[in-house]
Amino acid sequence: MTNINAAGFPVLSLTTFLPLLGVLVLATLPGDEAASARNARWIALWTSLLAFVVSLVLWVRFDHRAAGYQFVETISWLPSFGVSYRLGVDGISVLFVLLSTALTPLCILASWEAVTVRVREYMAAFLILETMMVGMFSATDFLLFYMFFEGVLIPMYLIIGVWGGPRRVYASLKFFLYTFAGSVLMLLALLAMWHQAGTTDITVLLRTPFSAVMQFWLFLAFLASFAVKVPMWPVHTWLPDAHVEAPTAGSVILAGVLLKMGAYGFLRFSVPMLPLASQHFAPMMFALGVVAVIYTSLVALAQEDMKKLIAYSSVAHMGVVVIGIFTFNVQGIDGALFQMISHGVVSAALFLCVGVIYDRIHTRDIARYGGLADRMPAYALVFMLFTMASIGLPGTSGFVGEFLVLVGAFQVSLWLALFGSFGMILGAAYMLYLYRRVIFGKLSKPDLRAILDLSPREMAVFAPLVILTLWLGVYPSSFTSFFDATVSAMVQNHTEAVNLARQPVLFAGSTQ
Amino acid sequence: MNWALAAPELVLAVSALGILLNGVLRTRDSTILCTVLAVAVCVITAVLVIDTPTATAFGGLFVSDAFSRYSKLLILAGTVLCVVLSLDYNSRQRISRFEFPVLMLLSAVGMMVMSSANNLMTLYMGLELQSLAVYVLAAFARDDIRSAEAGLKYFVLSALASGLLLYGISLAYGFSGSMDFSRIAQAVMDPAGVSAGLTVGIAFIIAGLAFKLSAVPFHMWTPDVYEGAPTSVTAFMSTAPKVAPFVVLLRVMFGPFGHVTAQWQPIIVLISIASMLLGSFAAIAQTNIKRLMAYSSIGHMGYALVGLAAGTQTGVRGVLVYLLTYVVMSAGSFSCIVAMRRRGLAVDKIADLSGLARNDLTLATLLAIFMFSMAGVPPLAGFFGKLLVFQAAVDAGMWTLAIIGVLTSVVSCFYYLRVIKVMFFDASVAPFDVRSRSLSVVALATGAFTLIFFVYPAPFLGAANQAARALFG
Repeated sequence: MTNINAAGFPVLSLTTFLPLLGVLVLATLPGDEAASARNARWIALWTSLLAFVVSLVLWVRFDHRAAGYQFVETISWLPSFGVSYRLGVDGISVLFVLLSTALTPLCILASWEAVTVRVREYMAAFLILETMMVGMFSATDFLLFYMFFEGVLIPMYLIIGVWGGPRRVYASLKFFLYTFAGSVLMLLALLAMWHQAGTTDITVLLRTPFSAVMQFWLFLAFLASFAVKVPMWPVHTWLPDAHVEAPTAGSVILAGVLLKMGAYGFLRFSVPMLPLASQHFAPMMFALGVVAVIYTSLVALAQEDMKKLIAYSSVAHMGVVVIGIFTFNVQGIDGALFQMISHGVVSAALFLCVGVIYDRIHTRDIARYGGLADRMPAYALVFMLFTMASIGLPGTSGFVGEFLVLVGAFQVSLWLALFGSFGMILGAAYMLYLYRRVIFGKLSKPDLRAILDLSPREMAVFAPLVILTLWLGVYPSSFTSFFDATVSAMVQNHTEAVNLARQPVLFAGSTQ
Repeated sequence: MNWALAAPELVLAVSALGILLNGVLRTRDSTILCTVLAVAVCVITAVLVIDTPTATAFGGLFVSDAFSRYSKLLILAGTVLCVVLSLDYNSRQRISRFEFPVLMLLSAVGMMVMSSANNLMTLYMGLELQSLAVYVLAAFARDDIRSAEAGLKYFVLSALASGLLLYGISLAYGFSGSMDFSRIAQAVMDPAGVSAGLTVGIAFIIAGLAFKLSAVPFHMWTPDVYEGAPTSVTAFMSTAPKVAPFVVLLRVMFGPFGHVTAQWQPIIVLISIASMLLGSFAAIAQTNIKRLMAYSSIGHMGYALVGLAAGTQTGVRGVLVYLLTYVVMSAGSFSCIVAMRRRGLAVDKIADLSGLARNDLTLATLLAIFMFSMAGVPPLAGFFGKLLVFQAAVDAGMWTLAIIGVLTSVVSCFYYLRVIKVMFFDASVAPFDVRSRSLSVVALATGAFTLIFFVYPAPFLGAANQAARALFG
């Protein structure tokens, strides 16, 4: 049973496994350390660019009106187990595939000069990571999804551990164990659902009714896995450590794509498959989201380390995403998705901004900077744009997502919207505070006097991110149109499922 | 009498004796020749195993079915891998003798007899043949006091376990009136209920076999023997001699005692949980990689026992896949550990691996693959073993077992990651001696299997499924 999609060629498999081909080439690279390092950079860059170009087929050929999976590929894998190799994208996942393929070449470009040891292995790790990310977002089989979801840990663990900062060992281990502990509980949920449905095909699982009690436990198992990944308060503590110790490009991928895996999981599994439990747990999720937004924003205000500050801001922004998802209305979920894309671009760019000055001065201590605007006007401008986008200034990408989430939250409760909007105020506070301390003021530190502005390579890295940020902000519908149909269908299904479950109570008066 | 059914065992036994004779009669050192012959004999035996039909022989003492064929192929694969990886190690340790591969072959004969046992007596004979050969192997470096100690320790404790097993067998015989598996099965279906004596007999049989599996609480010998024995022997002990007692345990529990699941299931559940907990927590403090592997194997047996505890056909399938991946990963890890030597001396501290990725990226990557796989990280082979046994537990509704299983695998992840951390993140020390080609072959073959098992696992899972079905008739 082999079935190749309408595009005429297996575009998703190609995007997923092209990077692995690059890894094979890297593995057989001859020559001494310096020569192989130079070649490795170019091979990795071209491979990831090629994967990006292939993935653009999704952008062009995606049918915006259809709610279901497109570009579906099916290959028989474990037929007697009801498990197949199934790939496909719908409105929820298509943009994440594109985000992954777009960020990987930028990461490779950003590590061009920053990474000088074991370059070949570094590039190979990034390409493997790309395979895992793209595979995870395009898998439509639960077991396949799980394999990619967990597979991400291996390259990321090595990237943090080998090329990271002074406390890399601790940070990488914490990252791995936190996520692994969450994931194995999801594995149990997978097994339970597999047992009931007899297959791990996500489209079948969506139609399989699970009893209310079972949904309760399944939701908690999923929560264990996805909450760590998002990360939600109080299991977010691995994130600041991982971000601070990871090399710049590692932070970029971590913030840009890996954090989206948790929220994506909620949208792909928890909400559509477990409607009753999602409804039941929504207040708790709101509470955790609000705590994340307010608490981590306050923590961010107190940070002295630039990367840590942005890491905490990520937790806060993802808290907004979680609130949006569990409003169960179109605006909220649309907003959450948009916020995820926007955060993927903006936080990635902010970590790159930190990377730029870290490469020059080798410190992330905010107090060591000041007055950079004098010496680095272009950098100051770019940093300003992304700061504003992070705050959510209208016209930038950050505004649309947060606004939609708040609109969605308002329909649920005034208080929820009120608390959620605190995040925007506090976000403005810590980001502007950061920006003022780093960019403005007097240039008094002697080693900053000779600092150079953005190099052409760095501009090439930032240019696409600047364009994307403005494009997302000024003309959001070219992105929202991708997921409108899917989200509408999802919200409708959710409402029907919840109403269906309520009916017997209304008519028969019986208890469940 | 159906001699043809036992053709693989007969060929293997006779060839082993032939190789022994050849070694004795030659005046020059013939270790390499004997090793090559041993590998060739194993391959021929494997072909014969595949060709054996499904039937019983010797008046029902001996059975050949899909289950025994699967087990025997696994045993032979483990033996071949260990014969090859011991060649270079033994010569560098100056314990290279032609008896070494012969003893491994004889042990393999014992294991194959075990997996074909259809009678408690056949089972015991096979078990003893296997064990006797391994006692000698454990003490093979006879001038090394640690090896001699390991051999003696293993012998004394193992003899005790054999005693327990025999006592269990005698009780089972006394209360059911037969040694034959099918007759015992009929006897225990007595509507009056299971006699207490039989239950005690089952418990003793489980205890005897659990000792060989190094499952908690019969694991005490494992770390010491693993550490003391020559690494080539440790490698062997952690592969095929773990498979054979396990398949015997499966056959006994589902054959003669298949109708009294309630009597043995709680025991297996307890052993399984204890092994998983000890295997994951006790390994954390280890500094010696061989001791680490000992605790790791205790843990692995615990996971595999989850499949048995489920008491279903899916559980048996899970166990069989688990054993397959375990044998490959274990042989692979030991092929890397065997390669750990500096200036002609074997080293076995985890710290000795420090910075290996800089000196020998291939070896470090291979060992990392085995470690990730043992931790159960997808998409590596080890994940599938864990997936299938946990699936069986969940299908059988044994949530406690499944939850403890996944949580201990997170704990065990910690020490597997530590090995990777030492190799990849730490500063490098002096490089290891150049690896021999035979070692690289084993490491690369097992590494490739572990890495790409996920691409096409269907034939292996299908074979395991068939074997499991044969057991349930």
